Amino acid sequence: MIKLTLPVDEKMVRTLKVGDEISLNGRLVTGRDAVHAWLAKEKPQEIRDLLQNTMIYHCGPVVKKKGDSWEFVAAGPTTSIREEPYQSTIMKEYGLRGVIGKGGMGKNTLKTLQKIGAVYLHAIGGLATLIAESVVGVHTVIKLEEFGTPEALWVIDVKDFLTIVTMDSHGNSLHDTIFEKSNKRKQELLKKPFTL
Amino acid sequence: MPITKSFQDEALQAALLELIRQTSTQLPHDVIKAITMAKKAEKEGSTASQVLDAILRNIERAREKVTPICQDTGTNIYYVSLPIGMSMRRVEKAIREATREATRKAYLRPNAVDPLTGKNSGDNTGIMAPFITFVEWEKPAIEVRLMLKGGGCENVSIQYSLPDTSLKAGRDLDGVYKTVLDAVVKAQGRGCAPGILGIGIGGDRSSGMLLAKQQLFRKVDDENENPLLATLESRLLKDINSLGIGPMGFGGKTTALAVKIGVAHRLPASYFVSISYMCWADRRKTMHYTPEMVTYD
Repeated sequence: MIKLTLPVDEKMVRTLKVGDEISLNGRLVTGRDAVHAWLAKEKPQEIRDLLQNTMIYHCGPVVKKKGDSWEFVAAGPTTSIREEPYQSTIMKEYGLRGVIGKGGMGKNTLKTLQKIGAVYLHAIGGLATLIAESVVGVHTVIKLEEFGTPEALWVIDVKDFLTIVTMDSHGNSLHDTIFEKSNKRKQELLKKPFTL
Repeated sequence: MPITKSFQDEALQAALLELIRQTSTQLPHDVIKAITMAKKAEKEGSTASQVLDAILRNIERAREKVTPICQDTGTNIYYVSLPIGMSMRRVEKAIREATREATRKAYLRPNAVDPLTGKNSGDNTGIMAPFITFVEWEKPAIEVRLMLKGGGCENVSIQYSLPDTSLKAGRDLDGVYKTVLDAVVKAQGRGCAPGILGIGIGGDRSSGMLLAKQQLFRKVDDENENPLLATLESRLLKDINSLGIGPMGFGGKTTALAVKIGVAHRLPASYFVSISYMCWADRRKTMHYTPEMVTYD
């Protein structure tokens, strides 16, 4: 298990390889469909410092308000591929060092990870309660009124958030490897006709 | 006095709220057992083993804290058996009220979106939401089966029309076998593997998928009453688990926890294979309700 603390620099990110298990710490932001469209189209200036050298987590959390502060109740990853049209632009524009989500992403994102020095970290789908527990602080929330709770940009501090590197900055994707292997095995199984 | 006179709407609604709470926050024992066995099968310290371990811890914590196992509390699918003379509309109203209350209590995330306006209804009710199927039965009790099916696994569910030339899949069990392997390879880990496959052979496009989803109510470790289907299920499970996709698609020995197959008569012209993928967070529960006693399983 590699302990990774955000913000992180390019040099550190480039040492990470597909298959590495990462315990993620520090400050990151959440964002799904509405946030990605906003960042790509309107290029807001006020949040550039927040995004530089950190990562964006594809997550629409369930949250609870406690006095003046917020608490994460359920916060598993959402499917990342929906953000493929925006992800490369956003990573380059804001200097992000990575993306956290589930299911992996496409060729454009993989190329950008390689080009700028960033990684795709896969969180465990459905791990809503455990991941919410690793969110130790909610720093602030942006666009809450306009986008609603799941779609807002939450700035959070995490501790020991378990993820796996499935796409690295060297052009490798675990998703491609597993697809090829499983597809090859499928072809083998289909060689002879199935009978009971 | 007809038996249905003794059913009180408020009591039924309270019992339904409890059904939703248990379904969203507690995974069935047979599913937990299957995930535990899958973890034992993986090498200790491997990524697959650690992922399954985290999943088991998450299930435990959700139960303790009474929070949703997964933040996507999914499509709410109900199958209801009613005693003779019981009003469907009364029960539907109770289900809708319980759904609103469960959303207020955060057992359910607001998940019903109008596809035209993009507006979320905010309480999980809407057109065909929740989705309810009613049947009548002889018993003087109401049985409500509830399944919460997340969007990630619903998105990788698929229907094939045989023959499928690209797969060289004909209208026989060999064709069925080919489509199932194809579906699992296409899904990879995206349905939140290890999943459970509900399969419907035959029917039409809608009854076939309904049949496939109904299979998901079966216990993971039950055995199909039809010996031919039982053999097909175990052969498919074994071969799927040789694909190496593993938990979350990270690689490993367990890609599926179970395969459950049902059949329906088809038209001579049609041969559908409908495959409903259920994520590891297989949230389902059955409530048996009489005015005297309520049980959950």
